Amino acid sequence: MPDVAAERSIAVRTRALTRKFGAFTAVDSLDLEVHEGEIFGFLGANGAGKTTTIKILCGLLLPTSGTGTVAGFDILTQSEDIKRSIGYMSQKFSLYDDLSVRENLEFYAGLYGMGPGRLARRLDDLVPRLQLADHLDKVTASLPMGWKQRVAVAAATVHDPAIVFLDEPTGGVDPVSRRAFWGLIDGLARSGKTVFVTTHYMDEAEYCHRISVMNAGRIIALGSPADLKAQAGLATIQDLFLSLVRRDQPAGPGPHGGTSR
Amino acid sequence: MKKADGPAIEVEGLTKSYARAGGRHRPGRGRGDATPDDRVRALLPFDLTVSRGQIVGILGPDGAGKSTLLRILATLLVPDRGRGTVCGHDLVKGYRQVRRAIGYMPQRFSLYPDLSVLENMRFFAEIFGLSRAEFRSRMAELLAFNMLGPFLDRRAGALSGGMKQKLALSCILIHTPELLILDEPTTGVDPVSRAEFWEILRGLRDQGVPVLVTTPYMDEAQHCDRICLLHEGARLAEEAPERIVESFPYSLAVLRGGDPLMRQAELGTLEGVVRAVAFGDRLHLYTRDLPALTSRLAARGLEVTAGRPTLEDVFVEKMGAAPDA
Ligand SMILES: Nc1ncnc2c1ncn2[C@@H]1O[C@H](COP(=O)(O)OP(=O)(O)OP(=O)(O)O)[C@@H](O)[C@H]1O
Ligand SMILES: [Mg+2]
Repeated sequence: MPDVAAERSIAVRTRALTRKFGAFTAVDSLDLEVHEGEIFGFLGANGAGKTTTIKILCGLLLPTSGTGTVAGFDILTQSEDIKRSIGYMSQKFSLYDDLSVRENLEFYAGLYGMGPGRLARRLDDLVPRLQLADHLDKVTASLPMGWKQRVAVAAATVHDPAIVFLDEPTGGVDPVSRRAFWGLIDGLARSGKTVFVTTHYMDEAEYCHRISVMNAGRIIALGSPADLKAQAGLATIQDLFLSLVRRDQPAGPGPHGGTSR
Repeated sequence: MKKADGPAIEVEGLTKSYARAGGRHRPGRGRGDATPDDRVRALLPFDLTVSRGQIVGILGPDGAGKSTLLRILATLLVPDRGRGTVCGHDLVKGYRQVRRAIGYMPQRFSLYPDLSVLENMRFFAEIFGLSRAEFRSRMAELLAFNMLGPFLDRRAGALSGGMKQKLALSCILIHTPELLILDEPTTGVDPVSRAEFWEILRGLRDQGVPVLVTTPYMDEAQHCDRICLLHEGARLAEEAPERIVESFPYSLAVLRGGDPLMRQAELGTLEGVVRAVAFGDRLHLYTRDLPALTSRLAARGLEVTAGRPTLEDVFVEKMGAAPDA
């Protein structure tokens, strides 16, 4: 995939980032650097700590220890600045079903303190890019899933953020819509935005410039998809994921002893 | 159990339409755009037979009518027309018996967020009347799939998205129903657990429990004994996955490396290319004339190899243009 110069500026950086819930460590001393303009695939097993990490980076949750910056702002002290510089689409994205597409976008613009003039200028760019023109005045509930997803992207980027966090944006989405969605993600990155994305579809991992694989709070692999596959001598990221996460799993009794545990 | 020999599902002529969404739920606004005649047809006359010992997959794009069909079969929705039996009981008159016989998991299944993982599982075991011994042996098997062993005391509400989904599945699988109906069971579930989950489904199938399942994952669909492709409420095809793949009408050229997402747009319009579709690190090009396309691409310095289509190729080809394409 496209070369990512190491000198490029850093969009997201964490140092020993840790989050505990009681005695349980959900994110375990995470060190991460994501470059500006990069599509970074944040993969991992269920419960690995991806959503928890994203919430910390978006200023929605404080770490127990460790430090980090997002868009140059400190996650511990500058969460308001961070929120203005990022867009966030959660695992269950939150659109108002009863509002029209336009009303949803107006609502999100309001949250970011955007006046009508700034919103109108932004929509001039966003609406053709996401091909939403024919849908602006439709009630969101009436749209098929693939279009709702576009509206969710529009809502998350209405304030023109430099970094977009997408937590499983294609979960449950059919193969045709998934590809269309990755076209959008690619477009975001080409327009200079940093995309930090999680997915459980391993073919989508291949579209990322770099990926990490996380299990039980730790990163167990990091690199470009091509390098990681070459190092492991495996043909696909799916194979890589299965071998990494299974090997990392504590051995336990189970009826499926035939698998590679 | 009754009627062990008849098909698990036998329905014909099912139809269902809904009032178009929007408008009416907007109190205080005069902008409602739904008229009484403005209805969405979710299911056209639809027939389906599922025999014992089969995993049948219903595939289709978002909004094809998959969930509507499953809800009708689970007796949660009454069809406008049509009739049939599920586990030998009439779909409408016998709904109580149907509900007792089947295990159904809707797309968004809620657990009890304030109960722990163990309490949720025990709760479902009690509903289904499992003995302690049955519960214990079933738990062992399910924990191997859901990997929730270390988290038995955690509130379900504090689980990650995928862990919640796996717990919900485990609660449904805690007893052995006569028929399983699962609506996108593996959404949000990681690849390792998906593989384990399908092991369990195959095990149940081999014990004689038929499974009707929807999934957006084509690698899972490959594991079904039969697939029904649903599009706009109607059946496009219904066959074994291998058969469906054989019906792919084009030759497949595979281009490795480069930037498949970018090339998808660029090469999709090339002469002789019916469609270009990104598949991870590869680009699939559908063509009627492979040799001609191969030399046309060679002239551009691009080397392609002939490939064998997969179910995902069939899906993308049949389900029409992506909004971007
Ligand atoms: N409020 C909480 N209290 C206790 N544990 C929590 C809480 N929130 C999250 N956790 C735990 O932290 C771990 C990481 O959860 P997280 O949601 O970050 O996982 P994830 O990588 O996003 O998984 P998935 O792929 O399933 O979405 C899980 O074990 C989860 O149960
Ligand atoms: Mg998550």
